[in-house]
Amino acid sequence: MTKVFVPLDMAAKAMGADKVAAAIAKEAQARGQSVQIVRNGSRGLLWLESLVEVETPQGRIAYGNVTAKDVASLFDSGFLGGAPHKLSVGKVEDHPFWKRQHRVTFKRCGITDPLSLSDYESLGGGVGLAKAFAMSPAEAVAEVTKSGLRGRGGAGFPTGIKWKTVADTPADRRYVVVNADEGDSGTFADRMIMEGDPFALIEGMIIAGYAVNASKGYVYLRSEYPQTAVVFGRAIEILREAGWLGPKVRGSNFAFDVELRIGAGAYVCGEETALIESLEGKRGVPRIRPPFPVTHGYLGRPTSVNNVETLALATLVAAHGGETFTKIGTPQSTGTKLLSISGDCAEPGVYEFPFGVTFAEVLAACGAERPKAVQHGGAAGITIAEREFGRRVAFEDAPTAGAFMVFGQGRDMFEVARNFVRFFAHESCGFCTPCRIGTTLLRDLMQKLEAGHGSPLDLAEIERLNHLLQATSHCGLGQAAANPVLDGMRKFRPAFDARMLHKEFQPAFSLDAALGRARQMTGRDDALAHLTEDRA
Amino acid sequence: MSKAFLLDGASVPFEDGETVLAAARKAGHFIPHLCWDERFPPHGSCKLCVVKIDGRQVSACATPARDGLVVQSATEEIMDERRELITMLFTEGNHFCPCCEKSGNCQLQALAYDLEILAPRHNRFFPERPVDASHPDILLDFNRCIFCELCIRASRDVDKKNVFALGGRGINKHLVVNAETERLVDTNIDKDDLAANICPVGVILHKRHGFAVPIGERIYDKEPISALDLAAAAEEHS
Repeated sequence: MTKVFVPLDMAAKAMGADKVAAAIAKEAQARGQSVQIVRNGSRGLLWLESLVEVETPQGRIAYGNVTAKDVASLFDSGFLGGAPHKLSVGKVEDHPFWKRQHRVTFKRCGITDPLSLSDYESLGGGVGLAKAFAMSPAEAVAEVTKSGLRGRGGAGFPTGIKWKTVADTPADRRYVVVNADEGDSGTFADRMIMEGDPFALIEGMIIAGYAVNASKGYVYLRSEYPQTAVVFGRAIEILREAGWLGPKVRGSNFAFDVELRIGAGAYVCGEETALIESLEGKRGVPRIRPPFPVTHGYLGRPTSVNNVETLALATLVAAHGGETFTKIGTPQSTGTKLLSISGDCAEPGVYEFPFGVTFAEVLAACGAERPKAVQHGGAAGITIAEREFGRRVAFEDAPTAGAFMVFGQGRDMFEVARNFVRFFAHESCGFCTPCRIGTTLLRDLMQKLEAGHGSPLDLAEIERLNHLLQATSHCGLGQAAANPVLDGMRKFRPAFDARMLHKEFQPAFSLDAALGRARQMTGRDDALAHLTEDRA
Repeated sequence: MSKAFLLDGASVPFEDGETVLAAARKAGHFIPHLCWDERFPPHGSCKLCVVKIDGRQVSACATPARDGLVVQSATEEIMDERRELITMLFTEGNHFCPCCEKSGNCQLQALAYDLEILAPRHNRFFPERPVDASHPDILLDFNRCIFCELCIRASRDVDKKNVFALGGRGINKHLVVNAETERLVDTNIDKDDLAANICPVGVILHKRHGFAVPIGERIYDKEPISALDLAAAAEEHS
C-alpha cells in the first residue's frame, strides 16, 4: 500500500485537488494498484498546488501543479515509486523553498493528516500541554513571558503580560478568544494552520485557558473560510471524543471546551473589541477603550484575545521552554513569523522566517525579480520601497500581521493606493464620523485624481483628511485608512504627479456639461449658453 | 483639597467617576458634542468632543477625569478638526436648513453656527433616503440623520420598545425601524416616548406642530448652543 498525499487545503482545492484525489483513486483501482490517499494540509508551496507527494523508501517525492488529467501519465511513469516525471519537484525538504526557512509553527503542516491525532502526537503534538499541566498556571504564564512571545496579529503586545492580566483580574469567569478573522488583504497563513494542523491551535487554546484559568474558548472565524470551518469543526469533535476537551482535559481536573463561531464578513471584526461585540451577537463595532478586553472582554469578563499564530507558537513555547524560543529571531522580536507572500514573484506561498529577516532576503526567497515595492502588513500596513529592502521584518523595524504583497516594475503605485483606499471605504463600520465619511471622501478624491481632474490642492486635501482620520478615528481602521496614500505620495510621488494634469484647482466635474440640462430645458444652445475654458 | 485637571489652562474640579466632558461642562467650559447626552452612557461616535491629552486625541465624553490631567480643547488644531467633522456631517446627509422644520432648534445647525462654519467644503453625497410618514403622529425624515443613535438608545434603554436600529455599514449605514415592514406605524412608538423627543436634528418630527414657533424665535436663534448647553448644565447641578 503506497501512501499518496493530496492536500485538502483550500488553496489546493481551488486548484482541483479534490479531482486529483478522485482521479488517483480511480486510476489506481483500474490498474489494480493499492494506494492510500492521505488528505494532508498544504506545505505552503502554493504556486505548485496541487502538490502531490508519494511516500517511498527514499522519502516523500513531490509532483507539482498536478491536475486530474496528469494522473494517468503519472501512473505511466511510475510515480508511485517516486519515478521522474515532467511535474517532478523532488523532495520538498530539498527544495530551496524549504531550505531558506525556519519552519517551527508549520512543523507538521502539510506533512500529517490534519485530523489524525496519532499523526499529531507522533510529531510532537501534546508535549506542550503535558508540560504546561506539570506546571502551575502562574508558571505557565511565566514561561510564555520568558519566551518574549508577542502577539502575531501585528500590534506585538507581549502575550505573557496579556495572560497575566487576565489571570490576575478578579472574576467569576474568564475567556480565551482566538482571532481567526484573518481579513487583511493578502493574508492566508492562519487559514493554513487551521486547515493543516488544527490540533496545534486547539492545544494552544487549552494551554492559554489553563494559564489564565478559563474554561471556555471561542474561535472567531471569518465567514470567507468555509473549508476551514469544516476541518476545524471536525478537529474540535475529534479532541472532544479523545478527552482533550471536556470536563476533564486529558484526565486532569481542568475543564476546557472550544466553540467555533463564524463572522459575517466584516474586516473591522479583526479589531479585538469589535470581534467581541460580534461574538456577543451585536453589530461589529469597536468598543470605547479602556477598559480593554483583558479586564472587560467577552460578556464583560476578563478575556485573552489571541491570534491563531500566537497560540500555535504558545504550544511550542510550552513544549520547548521560553528560553529556547528566545534563541530564534531578534531580542525584541523572538521566534518566527509566518509570511503570506503574494503578488509579482515566482513562488508565492506561505513562508516562515525567523524575525529579523530582511526584505531583500524574503524577496530573494520567493523569487521576486526586480520588485518595485512591498505592501507589508496588509492594507493598514506600510508600503516598503526598493531603497528600504534592507529593513527587517521585526516589531522594532517593520512590524506585520503577515501579509507580504510584492509589486513588480509594471505596477502603478497610484492604482495600488487607490485600491486600498476603496477597501477602507468599503470596510469602514460607519460608527464614527471621521472614518465613515472621511474614507469615502478620500476614495472620491483618489477617483478624481484617477479621472484626470486632480490638482495640487487635492493632494493638500488628502493630507488634511489623513490628519483628521489619524487624530480622531475611533479605532485603528480609520487611523490607518490613509496610510497607503501617504506612503504612496511620499515614496512614489511620480505616480501621483502623473495624475496632476492641472496646476490650478479643478472641479470634479465638467462645468459646461453640468449646464446641459438647463440648456435643454430653456431650448438654448447658442455660444453664450456654453462655458468655455476662458469663461468658466 | 478636591481633585482637578487643567482644561486649556483653567483648573476644572471633578468628582470620582466623572468624565472630562461632564466635569468641564459643570465647571462652565463648553466642549462641543452631538451624540452625548447626560442621561446615557458615553457613545463616542460623533467625535466632536475630541480633546488632546498627552499628545493623543480622545473623546472627552468617554475619558474619565484624572487628577492633574492636562487637557487641550479650544486650540486652533482641535477647533479645525471639529469644523471638519461638522462639515462632513453636512456633506453626508441631505441638510436643507432653510426649509427644515427643525431649523433654529437643530443642534447640528447650531454647532455649525457656533463654530463659524460658513459653507461646505466637499461635494455633497446626496444620498437617497425616503421619508417614513406612515405613523399618525410622527414623521421620520432620514435625510438628516447623523447617527448619534440617541433614538436607538432611548427606545431600547428607557422606553423599552426597541423601535430603532442600524442597518448597513460604512457610508451605507442607515437608521431602520425595527418592524417586519420597516414602517414606523407598525411599531408601538408613542409621541411622548423619549425616543420620539430626543433627536438633536430633524429626523423625528411631530406631525401637526410644524412651524408653531416662527423662525427667529427658536432655541438657538436667540443664544448660541455653547451658552445654552452651559446654562442647562448649571440648572442640572443647581
